[in-house]
Amino acid sequence: MSKLYSGAEIVFKCMEDQNVDHIFGYPGGAVLPIYDELQNFKSIKHVLVRHEQGAGHAAEGYARSSGKPGVILVTSGPGATNVVTALTDAYMDSIPLVCISGQVPTHLIGTDAFQECDTTGITRPCTKHNWLVKDINDLASTIHKAFEVATTGRPGPVLVDIPKDIQFQKTKYKKPKKEKKLNGKSHNHFNQNSIDQLIDLMSKSSKPIFYTGGGVINSGPRASELLRELVYATGFPITSTLQGLGSFPGDDNQFLGMLGMHGTYEANNAMHDCDLMINIGARFDDRITGKIDEFSPNSKKVHIDIDPSSINKNVKVDLAIVGDVKTVLSFTLKSLKQKKSKFLKSNKQKTSKWWEKIQKWRSVRSLDYIGSEETIKPQYAIERLYELTKDKDSYITTEVGQHQMWAAQHYKFNKPNRWMTSGGLGTMGYGLPAAVGVQVAHPKKLVIDIAGEASVLMTIQEMSTAVQYNLPIKIFILNNQYMGMVRQWQELLHDKNYSESYTAALPDFVKLAEAYNCVGIRAKTPEELDDKIIEMLNTDRPVIFDCMVDKVENCFPMIPSGKPHNQMILGPKDQENKKITGKGKSLV
Amino acid sequence: MPNSKSAYSFSNKKEKFDTHIIVVWVDNEAGVLARVVGLFSGRGYNIESLAVAQVDEKLKISRITIVTTGTPQVVNQIKLQLRKLVPVHKVADFKREDKAVIFKEMALFKIVGPNNKLERALKACKKYNPVLLDKTKKSNVIQITALRREIDKMSKDLKKFGLVSVSRTGAVAMTRGADIFK
Repeated sequence: MSKLYSGAEIVFKCMEDQNVDHIFGYPGGAVLPIYDELQNFKSIKHVLVRHEQGAGHAAEGYARSSGKPGVILVTSGPGATNVVTALTDAYMDSIPLVCISGQVPTHLIGTDAFQECDTTGITRPCTKHNWLVKDINDLASTIHKAFEVATTGRPGPVLVDIPKDIQFQKTKYKKPKKEKKLNGKSHNHFNQNSIDQLIDLMSKSSKPIFYTGGGVINSGPRASELLRELVYATGFPITSTLQGLGSFPGDDNQFLGMLGMHGTYEANNAMHDCDLMINIGARFDDRITGKIDEFSPNSKKVHIDIDPSSINKNVKVDLAIVGDVKTVLSFTLKSLKQKKSKFLKSNKQKTSKWWEKIQKWRSVRSLDYIGSEETIKPQYAIERLYELTKDKDSYITTEVGQHQMWAAQHYKFNKPNRWMTSGGLGTMGYGLPAAVGVQVAHPKKLVIDIAGEASVLMTIQEMSTAVQYNLPIKIFILNNQYMGMVRQWQELLHDKNYSESYTAALPDFVKLAEAYNCVGIRAKTPEELDDKIIEMLNTDRPVIFDCMVDKVENCFPMIPSGKPHNQMILGPKDQENKKITGKGKSLV
Repeated sequence: MPNSKSAYSFSNKKEKFDTHIIVVWVDNEAGVLARVVGLFSGRGYNIESLAVAQVDEKLKISRITIVTTGTPQVVNQIKLQLRKLVPVHKVADFKREDKAVIFKEMALFKIVGPNNKLERALKACKKYNPVLLDKTKKSNVIQITALRREIDKMSKDLKKFGLVSVSRTGAVAMTRGADIFK
């Protein structure tokens, strides 16, 4: 007779078989049996966070930077509700997470027991799927299934809720079922015919553009390689969403920069004027499209996506290819080589006028800003940070707001999985715990959270985690004492009524760093900035870097709400001419 | 529901709303109805009626029939979003006008009144296969099966004969002929 294991042991046996090496969690009454077993499974390291939301974002950072699912362990009630923000964040940005939550014993469910909540009910709309395990015999198969659901197709978070009595009960352990060999076809619903159509469209186009997104990153590093191959083979321009940054080299001449609300002038105008748009793993998000009725009015649109429900959701497309990005790209490249081996040569002539137009837009230099010798401009701070770290294969996380957009605009990424940011949900407080998770996955690498002082205060307690595990993360705060993006919108859209967007009683971040037993550095002038950044980089401990920047700098260029791509505001001067009026004001 | 949030990108256009009957085959497990219904409420889709019951005891498959309205894009999204749910096996979509599909709803009417009115009520239901389920000196319970609008009409018409209570189901659907939906 095979050995009997308790539910708590089975949780870890499953994790072993799923190759989990780190879990992020916080103990509590309803998961104590699981925590009791932790010491018996040496291959699994537990990272104790300071708040369950931190566990969730750390797991996201871990997953996004490593390509493996992030694993979270929390208790019932508040443990589970605290993790909801992170689960929703992961759901919006398609990050694979497996969250194990404790639950009150089965006989108490429904009695409003201590620390009871309807965890599966609360997390149903923010997970791909969730389970309440009421029978010990279902536990192992459920956890294995959870890993499968989280990591296959369009990735996302899942949750397994395990009542305390189930954690004590014993049964036989079931190994994961051998994956059915489907030859990777399960998520690919396209045929050669669509690929041929794509190549036909590509060869006919004189104003093409690739518009790529987080799907390329999620498809694995191979997808980024294939994307580069395709872009070079075609000579087409390429732009990327916030989540897609890094899948194509940010300093390449064919790269037009990020598109969307704070994208570059050339990327947005090219999107508007193109005759062929090839969307690879992006989802026509509202921050990307601007006014939907006037979105790229004269283009044929191709959409490559693994999720059929993304097709025709916001924008109707002419050709849909449902499949994994890397598979679709490899088929496309193969066909392109067979049928149009001289594509680049024959195409150069055709797209030369298009490139000329793009160069004109480029010459506007939409990311330029007015420099200063007295105060540190936030864009300048990011530029310097980039220049001083670009040879280091660094990993960047961000919080949410102006600093996030400046980071996306001015930090150039050359590799996938180096850029972790909360795009879909826009979660302030994401970056610090995400940096913790990234550093756990990559202990030797440089990990920087480009932060705002308002965002970082939402999860600042995780500094304590970083110190406990000797994770030398660098928190690079662009401190303007405002919720900068809120302030910017109030300036542009609410008649400069800066309602509650100024933080009057900020902590002294240097002293705060010392209180956490890590290192605090402050930079006040452009002159000292480089030295201070170098000091930060040379510190092999967690650092909070308080970069005092211009308080009222705005993030440009910007597509105002309710406007299409070709009506961007470029900077302080341009703004007067293109005031946001009427309907645009009410949009978000 | 002209302001459906799921399709906010189209919301400023006035598009035609069609009525569709969506049939979903699901694993009959805890919370599955909440998943389906939550998807509708969460994404701002409309539910006009809902009928659900287990149809395969061995495989534990339930069949959910939902009557909904929406623009073609919204109805398409409903189908695609439903197919993403883990316990969903297949999703069928029929237009209300579809001649190849039978739609039926059932209603129970309680009539209270003198004998002559009870008889006239039963007579009025004649077209819709009335079944007299309960009869006392003062009351009748009549069951009819019919289309939604027919039941709407009967609920109104029977008032004058002493209709005191109506109970009705959501629509269920079945394709005509030998074929089944795969």
